[in-house]
Amino acid sequence: MTTTTLAVLVPLLPFLGAVAGLLLGRTVPGFVRPLAVLPTLTAFVLAVLVAARQGGDAAVDAATELTPTGSVPVDLALHIDGFAALVAVLVGLVASCVQIYSTGYLRDDPRYPSYAALVSLFTSAMLLVVYSGDLIVLLIGWEVMGICSYFLVGHYWETPEARAASLKAFLVTKLGDVPFLIGLFALATDAGSFRVTRVLDTVAHGGLDHPTVVALLLLAGVAGKSAQFPLHTWLPDAMAGPTPVSALIHAATMVAAGVYFIARLLPVFEASAAAMVVMAVMAAVTMTGSGLAALAQDDIKRVLAYSTIGQLGYMTGALAVGDRGAAVFHLLSHGAFKALLFLAAGVVIHAAGTNSLAAMSRMSGLRDRVPDAYWTMTVALLALAAIPPFSGFFSKESVLGAAEHVTAGHTGHVPAATGWIVLVAGLVTAFLTAAYAARLWLLAFRGHGAQAPDHGRQPLTMTVVLWVLAVPSLALGGLAYRALPDWFDGDDLAPTLTTSVLGTGIALIGGLVTYAAWRHLTGLAARVPLGAVAAHPEGDAGQVEAEAIATHAPAYGDVASAPDPADPGRLLLGPLHRHAAVGFHLDAVYTALFVRPVLAGASLVRFLDREVVETYVRGAGVLPRWFGAAVRRAQTGNVQTYVSALLAGTVVLAVAAVLVATGA
Amino acid sequence: MHLAYPAVLSALLFCTGVYGVLARRNAILVLMSVELMLNAVNLNLVAFDVWLSRTAEETLHSGQALTLFTIAIAAAEIGIGLAIVLAVYRNRGTSDIDKLRDTAEGHESGPDGDAPAAEKAEASA
Amino acid sequence: MTFALAAAGPAHPGPSGVPLAAAAHGFLSPTGVEIAFLLVGLLTFGAALVTVTTRQLVHAALWLVVALGGLAVEYLLLTAEFIAWVQVLIYVGSVVVLLLFGLMLTRAPIGRSPDADSGNRWAALTVAAAAAAALIWVVVDAFRTTWIDLDGPAAGSTEVTGASLFQHWVLPFEALSVLLLAALVGAIVLSRKARAEKSSPPVNSRDSADGSPVVPESRNHSSGGHRPTEQEGAR
Repeated sequence: MTTTTLAVLVPLLPFLGAVAGLLLGRTVPGFVRPLAVLPTLTAFVLAVLVAARQGGDAAVDAATELTPTGSVPVDLALHIDGFAALVAVLVGLVASCVQIYSTGYLRDDPRYPSYAALVSLFTSAMLLVVYSGDLIVLLIGWEVMGICSYFLVGHYWETPEARAASLKAFLVTKLGDVPFLIGLFALATDAGSFRVTRVLDTVAHGGLDHPTVVALLLLAGVAGKSAQFPLHTWLPDAMAGPTPVSALIHAATMVAAGVYFIARLLPVFEASAAAMVVMAVMAAVTMTGSGLAALAQDDIKRVLAYSTIGQLGYMTGALAVGDRGAAVFHLLSHGAFKALLFLAAGVVIHAAGTNSLAAMSRMSGLRDRVPDAYWTMTVALLALAAIPPFSGFFSKESVLGAAEHVTAGHTGHVPAATGWIVLVAGLVTAFLTAAYAARLWLLAFRGHGAQAPDHGRQPLTMTVVLWVLAVPSLALGGLAYRALPDWFDGDDLAPTLTTSVLGTGIALIGGLVTYAAWRHLTGLAARVPLGAVAAHPEGDAGQVEAEAIATHAPAYGDVASAPDPADPGRLLLGPLHRHAAVGFHLDAVYTALFVRPVLAGASLVRFLDREVVETYVRGAGVLPRWFGAAVRRAQTGNVQTYVSALLAGTVVLAVAAVLVATGA
Repeated sequence: MHLAYPAVLSALLFCTGVYGVLARRNAILVLMSVELMLNAVNLNLVAFDVWLSRTAEETLHSGQALTLFTIAIAAAEIGIGLAIVLAVYRNRGTSDIDKLRDTAEGHESGPDGDAPAAEKAEASA
Repeated sequence: MTFALAAAGPAHPGPSGVPLAAAAHGFLSPTGVEIAFLLVGLLTFGAALVTVTTRQLVHAALWLVVALGGLAVEYLLLTAEFIAWVQVLIYVGSVVVLLLFGLMLTRAPIGRSPDADSGNRWAALTVAAAAAAALIWVVVDAFRTTWIDLDGPAAGSTEVTGASLFQHWVLPFEALSVLLLAALVGAIVLSRKARAEKSSPPVNSRDSADGSPVVPESRNHSSGGHRPTEQEGAR
């Protein structure tokens, strides 16, 4: 098979699996699990094959025109360069892990068939985005992901949190998608084609008429999908979905799509210095803000969600300084360790029966209950905190190195200011990242108090994938930073000494400060009892998690934070904690800015419809009704009346006819 | 003789018949008025036939033939009409036309409450 | 034998006393036949008016006899002898008799009945007057100068009529006989149904006749005990 055929099969197989799963889910339940796992696994293997064949050489391009589409042609096109090949491998790996993990996680879930089909569809859409060489085809995958995320986040639709979260995820990403669509059209109009290669050619020859407008419009869509400030608010709430879905969304698919899109069209953004500065500011605000917010969260998954936002901020920052190699490198390593973190968090939640860090910190022996999750999560958290030699260290240092490179003014098309912004924000975030990673680890696994409940061993499907993902989390960075430049643009990704020492040092300080704060507060934790666990600890992990999410707000007063005085994050943040816990009131701002005006407008429209339009409608009905009543009265049943009217009409007609005939 | 005389007389008789049909209450009087209208037409037919047979030398005498036919049909009509009137009278106890209002808007069951019986009788006919 | 009608005075162009000639008759130049026609016509029209306006139902039938008879005379004046006698035989002889029977069988009141006309009277009058005005206007306008030459052999003698009827019109004539047969059968069926109905209890009609206050028969007849079904039996 040619590389093109293989590449076509990669997104096609999960799609067919999804269709088959939806069709056969009810009739042949035995096929559901194979149909969920095998196509995705095969797609992963094929993606590896495609990557091996492509090998970082010249991009594989193939296109076929299905039908003429007017002035700007739309092709079914593939464009597989090193970025696409490697990101597809990551997507395939994470999706396969998630599918395998889900078979155990949602073991007893009655909606598992549709869930698995949607995950397959989600994977297929992401692979389409990755491989597509045409912006419209890319947009299709982009939007399919949006709708799949809506369904998957709302998997536990019985809970109001899940319903609200799915709706929010859908609306906020759509809010970005509207300018994104306009931007795509503007770009295609300037370039005369939707083909990525053609667009890049046009940009290379300076053929773009409105680079700033196009770049900013596209950036809005990317901010929605990749959860960048100010459109990031859907991501923490999306934690109401099942943990494997979170892993899929956060590690490899939806949020990665935005970053990947910029990486693919980076020349378009580089054509506008303003867009690069905006991107840098966006990245800086996103990463520092999310780091602060992550430190204040009580829900273990929300901590990870904010950390995802922060790491995406790193990637955006790398793109803002014009180094897409670093961005995709971080995307790959982050995909591995963030998927691991989420999947391990799912195991921990299942074992602990709660998603609250405050409650976990009052359990002892949790790490002995789930040794696999403990060890792999430790690895992943070290990677997240960018401690050498874990993979996160190398990718993050490549980002910081790129930023430092720009501050020195070595690159022409990127302003030095963006370099400074990204570098400073990146270092601050490194501190925060280490702090919340340490906090999470300490609270989850170093708790004191009652023994953690024993629910027996976790399903094998859930623990094996953790180790599978632990390998790249541990080793990817160190092994790959020399090889990857061949696949990418050729820029050096090796960590530079200054940033490495600086970043690692700051991270270590952050971890140590957190540890000190935690030590300081350990005694307090024992004195303040706090905790709520799921009512059905023997159920499958999905049920436990759904119950944990549903009980968090009643038990602690809020979905995000808990009134735990022993929380080291509370000590570190001080007065900021209250604001950080609610995401710096951004939701409240949105409520004031958008939700309330929309609701007010809706009630106004409702009033107009009910009271004004309806009145006219009813008024329009009155006249025919009166007329009808009059006609009713004419129906007397008296034949003579009828004949009188008939003859009168005849006479009138006859006279008229005579008058016309005589020309009078 | 002027053709206008029989034509005008015919018109007058016809309209008298129209008035009778529209204004009379008793069904038999209505039938009489119908006879008047028919005769008015007959007069017209005869007058024009006579005129045409002389001026146009028309030998078909269609006017008179049609008059004869009309008379025969009128006889048949009066027979059937009277039979119907009698049937209605037997069923309804009246031969007043303006009491037969079964087709009126909002008519549920005959004004006398015996419409179903009448309909049954007519249906069995 | 010509003289002008005073009423027609200024309208007639022809001088009085001019003998009948094909080209010389103007508008309203009366001949003797015309005067006779006019007088009989007035009588006929008057009788017809009384027929449709009288409050006595039987009188209406009798005035109808006058109107139909007058029409027969008009046919004679138009030299249509055969039609005239047929008119007398069938209409005056049988139709009116049938109508009278009908009046009797429906127990129409003898004497004045105040509700012979329905409330539709004024609408009917308007329509009839309008129709009459329109018709007369059109007819007079069209046939103002048309002349019927009544001299020579009668246009409607029995011989002529018979010849035309059995030469040209024999097929419709035969068809008409079928129609008459059908009418005969229909009338018999309608009548027989009443006899068959006699076996069914006449409760409905009795109740309705009693319960309905607007039925004139039960009010106007002293012999109100008669019921339609009994009437049938008496016949």
